[in-house]
Amino acid sequence: MADTNFDIIIIGSGPGGYVTAIRAAQLGFKTAIVERSFVGGICSNWGCIPTKALLRSAEIYHYMQHAKDYGLSADNVSFDPAAVVKRSRGVANRMNTGVGFLMKKNKVSVIWGEANIGAPGKISVKASQTPAPKDALGPGSYQAKHIIVATGARPRALPGLEPDKKLVWTYFEAMNPDKMPKSLLVVGSGAIGIEFASFYRTMGADVTVVEVLPQILPVEDAEIAGAARKAFEKQGIKILTGAKVAKLDKKSDSVTATIDDGSGKTQTLTVDRVISAVGVVGNIEGIGLEKLGVKTERGTIAIDGHCKTNVPGIYAIGDVAGPPMLAHKAEHEGVICVEAIKGLDPHPMDKSLIPGCTYCHPQIASVGLTEQAAKDKKLDIRVGRFPFIGNGKAVALGDDQGLVKVIFEKATGRLLGAHLVGPEVTELIQGFVVAMNLETTEEELMHTIFPHPTLSETMKEAVLDAYGRVLNM
Amino acid sequence: MPINILMPALSPTMEKGNLAKWLKREGDTVKAGDVIAEIETDKATMEVEAVDEGTIAKIVVPEGTADVPVNDVIAVLAAEGEDAKATAEGVGQSPKKPEPKAEAKREPAKSEPKAEAKPEAKVEPKAEAPAERPVASQKTEPSANSGSNRVFASPLARRMAKDAGIDIGRIEGSGPHGRIIARDVEAAKSGKGLKAEAAPATAGAAPSAAAATTAPASAMTDQQVLSLFEEGSYELVPHDGMRRTIAQRLQASTQTIPHFYLTMDCDIGRLLSAREEINASAPKDREGKPAFKLSVNDFVVKAMAVALQRIPDANVSWTEGGMLKHRHSDIGVAVALPGGLITPIIRQAEGKGLSTISNEMRDLATRARSRKLKPQEYQGGTSAVSNLGMYGIKDFTAVINPPHATILAVGAGEERAVVRDGKIVVANVMSVTLSCDHRAVDGALGAELLGAFKALIENPLMMVV
Repeated sequence: MADTNFDIIIIGSGPGGYVTAIRAAQLGFKTAIVERSFVGGICSNWGCIPTKALLRSAEIYHYMQHAKDYGLSADNVSFDPAAVVKRSRGVANRMNTGVGFLMKKNKVSVIWGEANIGAPGKISVKASQTPAPKDALGPGSYQAKHIIVATGARPRALPGLEPDKKLVWTYFEAMNPDKMPKSLLVVGSGAIGIEFASFYRTMGADVTVVEVLPQILPVEDAEIAGAARKAFEKQGIKILTGAKVAKLDKKSDSVTATIDDGSGKTQTLTVDRVISAVGVVGNIEGIGLEKLGVKTERGTIAIDGHCKTNVPGIYAIGDVAGPPMLAHKAEHEGVICVEAIKGLDPHPMDKSLIPGCTYCHPQIASVGLTEQAAKDKKLDIRVGRFPFIGNGKAVALGDDQGLVKVIFEKATGRLLGAHLVGPEVTELIQGFVVAMNLETTEEELMHTIFPHPTLSETMKEAVLDAYGRVLNM
Repeated sequence: MPINILMPALSPTMEKGNLAKWLKREGDTVKAGDVIAEIETDKATMEVEAVDEGTIAKIVVPEGTADVPVNDVIAVLAAEGEDAKATAEGVGQSPKKPEPKAEAKREPAKSEPKAEAKPEAKVEPKAEAPAERPVASQKTEPSANSGSNRVFASPLARRMAKDAGIDIGRIEGSGPHGRIIARDVEAAKSGKGLKAEAAPATAGAAPSAAAATTAPASAMTDQQVLSLFEEGSYELVPHDGMRRTIAQRLQASTQTIPHFYLTMDCDIGRLLSAREEINASAPKDREGKPAFKLSVNDFVVKAMAVALQRIPDANVSWTEGGMLKHRHSDIGVAVALPGGLITPIIRQAEGKGLSTISNEMRDLATRARSRKLKPQEYQGGTSAVSNLGMYGIKDFTAVINPPHATILAVGAGEERAVVRDGKIVVANVMSVTLSCDHRAVDGALGAELLGAFKALIENPLMMVV
């Protein structure tokens, strides 16, 4: 008879859940993790990782098409959609296997099935439809002093726009297409919508993006989103902001969408496929939260800075515990959560320091306050900018579009936010994130030596620009 | 693999605790959940439960050991099937040296030049965990930083502290390893987490005396002060903003302004009769209320204002950039309030009549007591008057309130025996002491100012010409 008593049980093995489990095990807790379908969750299997694999194929395809720009020749460049998808699935599988290995290495028990919290400390697990991996514990009753809900989120379904998985896709189908659509309507211009728009456009589809808000990438700084929009439109993506999809008429292999431009005028558009990327909602149902009286807010579980819910012994992390719904936020919450349980007194989550990345072309990355948000807070600010056209490395790469923008508080020199659009900026942003965490001011950033020639020099130049000292512009 | 049992943190703030009692011995087998030891903190005694099962191979920290740092190995558990003896031998030596945590702790005595660091300076300012008891503070740890005054703080925190005029060394850090971060400075601005002021630089200036005596009271941490009194024998009243301002400004004043003091006796016989006459002739309104009633202090304010005009070199403020020579005499007058004091200012007092000064002063004092003064009514000024005469104080010295360069401490007017023309006579005498900022006002200049004041206060008619 397997042991059913644990110190900590985590429900959900996504990037938040499995990292939480490892940290809990490191701290000496006897830990188990409940999963119903994929170890590693959406991120490894259907999200972050496989989309990056797809986008990499698109990127290389793009370079091959533009080989001449680099003095190279590549004729008859083409692609095999099945092989592109196959590579992406292979990457996902490798990650998924890796997470399984990490669980074993850290002596975290994997319980296979659907979890329901009957009472604080008690979980019952029912068999799930997905077959269990070997070594996993099966359905039954389990006990744990601390239960951490990490059940993640799922695509939001808007009325009239419900995904049917055939003509109207969510990211699941978009990642695993039966065929390459010739034309595509993407509803929603958040990170997911824009990444798929970018991927399918590069692969040759006619892509239209519809966003209900006046700006694409609504959480990003308006100036950065504006620069990105220009770049997308140059690539041939059609973008309609302040517009709404009023109606979808489905045919056998196409969809006609009626789009309301916001002022009451409508237009119709017939496309092969529609991707619904109108956000995600927390998976708060079916795990017994209602019965326990766990407080929820706007479809997510309400938590404090250490991820405690209002019910003692029940915690929540990641997407199910509210925005921003990002894997790295989930991971960090998980670490904070178990360290607090251990009594290590970790700093509570500071949401102003969570970076966000979008892997379209050009890439977008940001952390902290946007210029507008800083103004809304009535902060007295200094803004610095530097375009990639002034950066030698970017010019050498043949990828010199975009800019770096930094926002400082005037009085203290506190770096309030950094917003980037351009080549490899998703890898650059971390420099600013570290700087913000260490509470550096403009002075330390100006005294920091950035290697030449790198894209990162634009970061320092933007800082210098905020203080009227820009060098290469 | 043997499992280390670590000193647990029983509360978020706990840094060390006493190992009160072992409930298991070496060789005992334990199950998860078994109580194996009792740990004592300043707040409570708590039980330590085993998390794993196995055999206690070795007890590393014996019973009764005080101040065991959190996360130190206290015992080693041999897992099932392991040889407890072999395990014990393998860990015989000291497990983990206490981390040089001390480096995170700052020594407030940062203004002291290094060469003069006294041995006790290393011991006393250690702002240890609340758990620390007086005994513990006697222990001299070979701390990694005993010679250095480095304060670990984020750049932003440093700048914010500088802008707020708070000594960074006085702030309790809540970041990693006690590093001071921005929010600690935010808290310090409202007085939270502030340690005692650094020992004044003068402590080092008198080598032998300073070495022999203990540190000044102000250099004690709150914890050190509290440890000297039995809990329950006092009430801790939180400071309000005024108290903090007084403490900060006057401490800064005595530490940064080289004070010296000049005392003179003034014969105020003529002043008293003049006052009587003037008050008696004050016009009255219909209800018989006089339009003014001059106090001795009103004369003092006026005399000081006029004296400063006559000796303009003493009507100054020190700045690093240069001497601020004031055109007007703006005289601050200390007004006692419950729980503090404030010095509203009579602007351009040299040109105001006594009745104007008197009525203005009455209005300012009334509003000061109800704490309704506007900042511009008590900020600035070129000199000040502090009068404790009504309390029967003969003479005293006052602390200069920057940006002033002087302050006049006024004692009681009383009948004293004085010698005049070789005879002992009775006179009304008031002693006044002028405190001077030596950076701005030298001895002779201060004496001139005080002489001018004396001439005016002894011949009040001169004030009007």
